[in-house]
Amino acid sequence: MAKFLLRRLLQIIPVLLIISFIVFSLVFVAGDPVALMLPDDASQEDVENLRESLGLNEPFIVQYGIYLRDLLTGDFGTSYRYGTDALEVVLDRLPATLELAGLALFLSVVVAIPLGIWSATKRNTSMDLVATGAAVVGKAMPNFWLGIMLILVFSVMLGWFPVSGRGTFLHIVLPALTLATGIAAEMTRLIRSSMIESLSQDYVRTARSKGLKRNLVVYKHAFKNSLIPVITITFLQTSTLVGGTLITETVFAWPGLGQLLIQSVYARDMAIVQASVFIIASLVILMNLIADILYRYLDPRIKLN
Amino acid sequence: MDAALNDNNEIQKNVRPNFFKRWGFLLWRSKTGTVGLIIVTISVLIAIFAPLLAPYDPAMINPASMLLPPAWLEGGSTEHLLGTDNLGRDNLSRIIYGSQVSILVGVASVVLAGAIGVTIGLISGYFGGWIDSILMRLVDSFLAIPTILFALVILSIFESGVMTLIIVLGVTNWVNYARLVRGETLSIKERDYVRAAHSIGVSDFKIIIKHLLPNVISSFIVISTLSVATTIILEASLSFLGLGVQPPVVSWGSILSDGRDYLATSWWIATFPGIAITITVLGIIFLGDWLRDVIDPRSKSN
Repeated sequence: MAKFLLRRLLQIIPVLLIISFIVFSLVFVAGDPVALMLPDDASQEDVENLRESLGLNEPFIVQYGIYLRDLLTGDFGTSYRYGTDALEVVLDRLPATLELAGLALFLSVVVAIPLGIWSATKRNTSMDLVATGAAVVGKAMPNFWLGIMLILVFSVMLGWFPVSGRGTFLHIVLPALTLATGIAAEMTRLIRSSMIESLSQDYVRTARSKGLKRNLVVYKHAFKNSLIPVITITFLQTSTLVGGTLITETVFAWPGLGQLLIQSVYARDMAIVQASVFIIASLVILMNLIADILYRYLDPRIKLN
Repeated sequence: MDAALNDNNEIQKNVRPNFFKRWGFLLWRSKTGTVGLIIVTISVLIAIFAPLLAPYDPAMINPASMLLPPAWLEGGSTEHLLGTDNLGRDNLSRIIYGSQVSILVGVASVVLAGAIGVTIGLISGYFGGWIDSILMRLVDSFLAIPTILFALVILSIFESGVMTLIIVLGVTNWVNYARLVRGETLSIKERDYVRAAHSIGVSDFKIIIKHLLPNVISSFIVISTLSVATTIILEASLSFLGLGVQPPVVSWGSILSDGRDYLATSWWIATFPGIAITITVLGIIFLGDWLRDVIDPRSKSN
């Protein structure tokens, strides 16, 4: 296990390097930030001084080197819109996003596990058809449209929930539902097919033929074994989940990382964009690592190397 | 010898009708597959014949008919079946034209992503070693950045438009293909016929093109079909955020974005393009699921 962990951790270093290179190149291509940082009537001399002090006159590779050195000390630059450390601004917004993503993930699991098991055990009945139908429609609906429709029905027409913002529990209901739908749909499909596979295994047939109760076999034997792919996939959904928060936060004006990122993209506040991309990528890498470890830990048949 | 040749000809002659019969039969047997094919065919036809089908020019502003509701509601008229938007543009015509962008971007960017991904996957899997290590770290890096975020950052830098969208979505979406093709290549290259080809001195390039590529194509078709569905949603999301197509080009996402501001009074602007996206994507998923079951029976999902 230690050897496996070490190897996986070492693999992360080149990945972070490549990401830093991609992000830096994009920002480099994006062009001169100086025009945004100075007032419109700044003199040519001021522009030149700022360029010089920011190191923008250096060649690409030197700038990348400086950028990497700053990264290592946790310095992502200063946001020109907020006037403070970019990383600070990003970390400030992270809790709101984690709150939303966490609740959405919880809702998805709570809905998808029973629904998936249920439709697998009642396979090819009309109940199964309803469950799989709901799952496929949930997958086909664009996140942001669903959010808008929920606002239309529950906020505008019925007035049950606030349209946007963060504060009370009522504020989080609609965005969490929006975010959860796509993930729950994907998970239901996965749990269903994973359960169907477990249910057709020999050990399930043996258990049934021993005279064990059907429910016991479903939960103790089949479900436990189909949990392995489900748990790993849940962790691998991080990327989808984070991608979903971008849109959902914009639709509901939820003051999280997603909203900050999109506003920063519009305003070309590249320090914030870089810091966010880095934080999100690190989060995804961390979750993938946990998924990998769990997968090996849960299934003793998989060798640790 | 002659008899054997004749037999062969017989087989050759019979292949075609059987082929279509077999696929026709397989399709007919699966209800969702049939529904999927019908939906996809209709969507493609609507996109192709949009200028003939649309009752109005989608960009035509008409102050006399602003925010008209759909025909079946009070105040609506059959002149504008799905109502009009805040500039008096016909909602139905805009949705019909919007299908062009969705389908064009969806298919073209998947083809581009597929070309990149299949190439990298074949090279990575076939050569192995340090080439594989480097390419797989590249794959890991792309996987760590959510596609929509990646696309968003690139689109904020370059001038957005249909062409940019296709390239950006193609360049950010190749990872899944590379992983899949690499995995398949790893197992296929160990097979006897590949080893035999190698031992008689067939060049690497020829082995990849003649022996590996045809074997990975079927799985490629399956995931690329499903990927068109996710790409259509992705394009709509980006256009919704204002970073996709720019006016006067219409996309389902941009109509939705316009309609969002009029949600309280004119719900129809934002509602119908969403339904169009959902139905189209649903059709593609049905078709893709069916293709997967037929092409790769191992992963049957029923």
